Amino acid sequence: MHIREQYKKLALKAKDKNATIGEDVDLDQYEKEAPPPKPLSHEELCALPAIERELLAMAGIDVTEDGRSGTFFQKDVGVVHCNVKQEGIEVIPLRIALEKYDWIWDYYWKLVSVDTDKYTAAAELELHDGYVIRALPGAKSIYPIQACMFMEKDNLQQNVHNIVIAEEGSELHIITGCATAHTTKRGVHIGISEFFVKKNAKLSFTMIHNWAEEMHIRPRSAALVEEGGLFLSNYICMKPVKSLQMYPVTHLIGPDAVARFYSILVGTPGSTYDVGGQVFLNHPGNRAEIVSRAISNGGHIIARGHLIGKSPDIKAHLECRGLILNGGIIHAIPELEGHVDGVEMSHEAAVGKIAQEEIFYLMARGLTEDEATSTIVRGFLNVDIPGLPPQLKAEIDKAVEESDKDVM
Amino acid sequence: MLVIEDLQVELAGKLILKHIDMEIQPGETHILFGPNGSGKTSLLMTIMGFPQYKVVAGRIYFKGVDITNMPTHERASMGIGMSFQRPPTLRGLKVRQLIKICAGGREDIDVEGMAKAVNFEDFLDRDVNDGFSGGEIKRSELLQLMAQNPDLLLFDEPESGVDLENMELVGKTIARLLGQDFQVKVKGDKPIRQQKRERRKMGLVITHTGHILDYVTASKGQVLYDGVLSCVENPREILKCIANIGYEECVRCILGNNTRN
Ligand SMILES: Nc1ncnc2c1ncn2[C@@H]1O[C@H](COP(=O)(O)OP(=O)(O)OP(=O)(O)O)[C@@H](O)[C@H]1O
Ligand SMILES: [Mg+2]
Repeated sequence: MHIREQYKKLALKAKDKNATIGEDVDLDQYEKEAPPPKPLSHEELCALPAIERELLAMAGIDVTEDGRSGTFFQKDVGVVHCNVKQEGIEVIPLRIALEKYDWIWDYYWKLVSVDTDKYTAAAELELHDGYVIRALPGAKSIYPIQACMFMEKDNLQQNVHNIVIAEEGSELHIITGCATAHTTKRGVHIGISEFFVKKNAKLSFTMIHNWAEEMHIRPRSAALVEEGGLFLSNYICMKPVKSLQMYPVTHLIGPDAVARFYSILVGTPGSTYDVGGQVFLNHPGNRAEIVSRAISNGGHIIARGHLIGKSPDIKAHLECRGLILNGGIIHAIPELEGHVDGVEMSHEAAVGKIAQEEIFYLMARGLTEDEATSTIVRGFLNVDIPGLPPQLKAEIDKAVEESDKDVM
Repeated sequence: MLVIEDLQVELAGKLILKHIDMEIQPGETHILFGPNGSGKTSLLMTIMGFPQYKVVAGRIYFKGVDITNMPTHERASMGIGMSFQRPPTLRGLKVRQLIKICAGGREDIDVEGMAKAVNFEDFLDRDVNDGFSGGEIKRSELLQLMAQNPDLLLFDEPESGVDLENMELVGKTIARLLGQDFQVKVKGDKPIRQQKRERRKMGLVITHTGHILDYVTASKGQVLYDGVLSCVENPREILKCIANIGYEECVRCILGNNTRN
């Protein structure tokens, strides 16, 4: 029996299995089919209506493809545009990879179990598409690769599966945006992502979410980092959703492997964000850092982090800062687990409000109270992310800047 | 000109300043002494307009305008600036950004050049006050005031925590901020006597040690004690007096002198 059949079988068994955390979504209410989108050439992409281009831009996707090494663009159930400009970098729609390449079976469902819950099951049973992005050994992406998941059809359940592979000694930077059309209000997005960072490779993955008020988002992801590898994951979500729950798991499986997670969340009223992750540090020299900044702004944010140290000479730090503005809830759940002598693990969590002192200090320098407040909020959301290319830092700054108006 | 009339200030329900009268004329710098907890910082904060310092009586005028109830940022734009004793840390805000804010958004300011003047170039890309040492905080405050260029400068213990080498830098910078760095550099510069006459900057400096007096010419010294400004004297005399017989005796003696006059 082909392995795909086994996955299908497992998925069938798990198709009603609730997730361990997060609000349960009744998937039966959502449609699984949509007309396949029309593929667009580069020129047609540039000619998209301004309103759509703007939406994509806010999610970090530049339709001109300038300053990008490649593009993957999926709308609803199918691929609209897939293009790569750099030697040594591959961008392939997942469905094509599953049909054509044997090697894909070494990666597909290898880190995330297909029977984790009904969301992973749905992604197998009703897979729409997704991307495979791979940097060949030694290849270094000059510019980031951009990937976009766009949802246009209302009440759709979009099921995608992505695989990212940074081969030995390669360097790969990806920016991925998710957005919904202005008319789309309701829907579910299920996104499986499996990241493989091989020996001495470096992968940065920056994800910006712009969903809509009635959307349920269930990413399911996991990463594997080999000796000397670096996995840097940034997540920004400053727009409303109905509910979003994700808990990526990362395994550092060789000495000196490093994982860093940064997330910036702004919660609007009626939205629930349950975001966090787990990192297993298994070898000497492993490093992990989970940093989050959350502003409630009326929403409900749960910021999790779980670091597990299983080897001496590992260092792990968890930092979770929350600012309650205009009501809402911030719930920080930091967990540290040391299993052997010689681990060095720490966490720092603080939930509070803007200190009046800081506002007055800036007012004494000439800012109005509102200007001072927004300066402090912007500073709060401004995390230094070592190793992030300047263009991607600029995209994050843009997203933060953009949300400023909503926060105030 | 800064004029304070019969000022009473409450902090957290407690009357800290009971009766303050003060007048700083254009070109004058006053030195403020007083024991720990006497309310010196509170007086500066009140002039700056921090709302937790509640003015329960009296008035404050600046440049002829009643600013008693004016919000802090408007006082700043009228030309009042302050160097803080213990400023807060602003995470995520870089010193460079703050200097631009202080300059009121003027694009032409030379941030690097200014930073160089206070030996602070290496700090421009650090978060404001985050992990700064005592002396570094003082230089950061001075740099902000340089960008702000106010007419009335309030210095809250600018020399505390500053090492001997940096003291000269801090002292000279304060003198410059107060427009006291008189010099005839090129022919055609106004004579020093005229420069002194035309000086408009006003200063109010809190000090415990008086080191600042080696760099700054002060017109008057005052002692804040028990919520009241007790005397007006030559600051060096006051310092000597405090050193010799302590605040309490010193204030009594000078008060006696004043009444005899
Ligand atoms: N938030 C507060 N609540 C209550 N009392 C306060 C508060 N802040 C300051 N005080 C008190 O007000 C008084 C005046 O304080 P202030 O800081 O003005 O003194 P100071 O003269 O500047 O002292 P120092 O020389 O030590 O700097 C002190 O007794 C201080 O403890
Ligand atoms: Mg003080």
